[in-house]
Amino acid sequence: MTIHSTRRHLLGTLGAGGLALGAAACGGSDPFEEEGAAGASDAGGGSAGIVIGSQAYYSNEIIAELFAQVLEAEGYTVERQYQIGQREVYIPELESGALSLLPDYLGNLLQHYDPDAESASPEEIHAALGEALPEGLRVLDFAAASDQDSYTTTSDFAAEHSLTTIGDLAGVEEDLTIAANSEFEVRPYGPEGAKEIYGVDVSVVPVEDSGGPLTVQALLDGDVQLADIYTADPAIAENDLVVLEDPESMILPQNVVPVVTDAIDEGAEAAIGTVLSALSADDLVELNRRSVVDQASSADIASDWLSEKGLV
Amino acid sequence: MRWVLDNLDVIAGYTGAHLVQALPPVLIAFALSLPLAKLANARGWLRTSVTTTSGLLYAIPSLPLFVLLPGLIGTSVRSPLNIAVALTLYGLALMVPAASDAFRSVSRDVLGSATAQGFAPAARFLQVELPLAGPVLLAGVRVVAVSTISLVTVGGVLGVPSLGMLFVDGFRRGILAEIAAGVVLTAALALIIDALLVLLGRALMPWTRQQGVRSA
Amino acid sequence: MTSFLEALAWLGDPAHWSGPSGIPIRTAEHLGYTVLGVLVAALIAVPLGLYAGHTGRLASLSLALAGAARALPTLGLVTLFALLLGIGLGAPLLAFVILAIPSLLAGTIAAVQSADPATVDAARAQGMTETQILARVEIPLGMPLLIGGVRGATVQVVATAMLAAYVGNGGLGRYIFLGLGARDYPQMLAGSLLIIALALVLDLSLLLLQRLTAPRGVRAA
Repeated sequence: MTIHSTRRHLLGTLGAGGLALGAAACGGSDPFEEEGAAGASDAGGGSAGIVIGSQAYYSNEIIAELFAQVLEAEGYTVERQYQIGQREVYIPELESGALSLLPDYLGNLLQHYDPDAESASPEEIHAALGEALPEGLRVLDFAAASDQDSYTTTSDFAAEHSLTTIGDLAGVEEDLTIAANSEFEVRPYGPEGAKEIYGVDVSVVPVEDSGGPLTVQALLDGDVQLADIYTADPAIAENDLVVLEDPESMILPQNVVPVVTDAIDEGAEAAIGTVLSALSADDLVELNRRSVVDQASSADIASDWLSEKGLV
Repeated sequence: MRWVLDNLDVIAGYTGAHLVQALPPVLIAFALSLPLAKLANARGWLRTSVTTTSGLLYAIPSLPLFVLLPGLIGTSVRSPLNIAVALTLYGLALMVPAASDAFRSVSRDVLGSATAQGFAPAARFLQVELPLAGPVLLAGVRVVAVSTISLVTVGGVLGVPSLGMLFVDGFRRGILAEIAAGVVLTAALALIIDALLVLLGRALMPWTRQQGVRSA
Repeated sequence: MTSFLEALAWLGDPAHWSGPSGIPIRTAEHLGYTVLGVLVAALIAVPLGLYAGHTGRLASLSLALAGAARALPTLGLVTLFALLLGIGLGAPLLAFVILAIPSLLAGTIAAVQSADPATVDAARAQGMTETQILARVEIPLGMPLLIGGVRGATVQVVATAMLAAYVGNGGLGRYIFLGLGARDYPQMLAGSLLIIALALVLDLSLLLLQRLTAPRGVRAA
């Protein structure tokens, strides 16, 4: 079975209904093989259009939907394949051409290709990505909007210990814990980086919601003193949290950057570019706020923002 | 609740994808368990080891199995086939011992008299042994179906579409209704399939309707 | 195959056997969550099962509820409870209890009902009270089946206890989620092997207990 469009296969099987189920069960070797052709039609375009993917992250899906709607407004045929897991899953699909566009983030994308990549300015990382990406893939311009890891604490804790930068944590007497996804443990800006660059000892309490509400709650409840909350998360402003500054640029910048294949022509690139140059850091926070607070769908959030900015 | 009403199409898509992933492994595990159980019953030592190892197979945590299977069987990370193979393995772990019990519950005297009446081996299996083992087999399939439907959700952590995606997305966005909808629908799917299996059993084995089912 | 060898190498590395996130501590945490989950579930399921099995009241209702509980996806329960209760052991423990109850309840009811009705009547004729019948006849005769229920529940919880690490706890699940997030598959596989080994040890110990508790003169089920 080829790597691409397994989700389409699945949905296609659905369309074909119970019959496909029976056939799949009796047929044996590969229950999902034959249904792709029927399924592809649900997005209207087939292989001629642009296939937009997104990570399994609500904020990423909103950005993908912004691209989808400006492209449609320009007359392109767009197929959406959202919520496809993490980089190890979708990068091969971009490389094979099964996806043609996906919004990614500068630092994490570079780290995927170069695990030892050091932190640098967004411009430098963007240039390094030009070198690191394999044949057939390229990144477009990056947006001002960024969604990066952080050492965040409550305003009370920051005031009590006069904290403004990560380095100020070195003066805190008590043992420090940070709620974050498991892999924070082995990231260059994790406990090891904090120790090496700022002389700060911190241990990880793993909470696998990528800085979501449970992580925020743990911080507010005082279960942990710090949390890795992504900087575009509306919870930071809502709970008056303090993102500690990173003067040594330990944390990689994570500006939004589309990674694309040759299926994106100049016209499409220009359309996507209008979104990229309009998308500020505050805009991204507001888009996310509409998703988690208003529980609005990515389609509604995207169309409201695009018409407000006059982009469609 | 509003989230649920606003996202009925998303929920319907995941529900369908969930069934597509859950049902083939149940059917395949059932079909494979019959010859495996017959084989195991023919050799005493094999039966003991099958019952022991199948319990152990069930102790393998599902998430790592889903992730590691591509490396073992050469599929892609996002292939639904990984989950299908893993779920079939779990299904076999439950179904083979159940089928082994089912066949052992059929009296040897009955089989002997069927042979004496001139049943050929294949006909004896299909017309005598399988129907008599039916009630215990059905009980096994019901457990496999319910457990498989519940296990499919774990694929959501890896981004494989199923009702489990509602747990991961709801957890990330803090939408309780989204997670609750996933839990309720998963349980409902399991109970509906279970009820359908009971009805199927009554249709195929009308004699079990009256008397109590004798279990092994 | 290579990842399997790498996992064995990971397990053999002495650095992974010491410190607060070393294998002994993580295994002890994992065992602790499992025992706690099964114990709390037993406090609920065993008395209920004894009552239902002995009196015949609520038996079919209990079994139906237990069947329905089997259909609840544990990942959903853990995430749901965690959003309600915060990080820590509360949410996963509640989910493990719900996971363990069906096997325990079914095992207890089957245990009590396994006693031959003629034996129970004979005990009653000798003047035993209902409590005495339960304690001296039905429970001893059914003990292997009851332990069988504990065995089933334990194996299920031990394999699922990795979810504790999803919401801020320890246990062997830490290796699995760290391995998954950091794409360190040998570590993830090593964590799984440890869980399987722990399950095997628990399963065999309970099997032994099941054999030992079979009343003399009765061939255990």
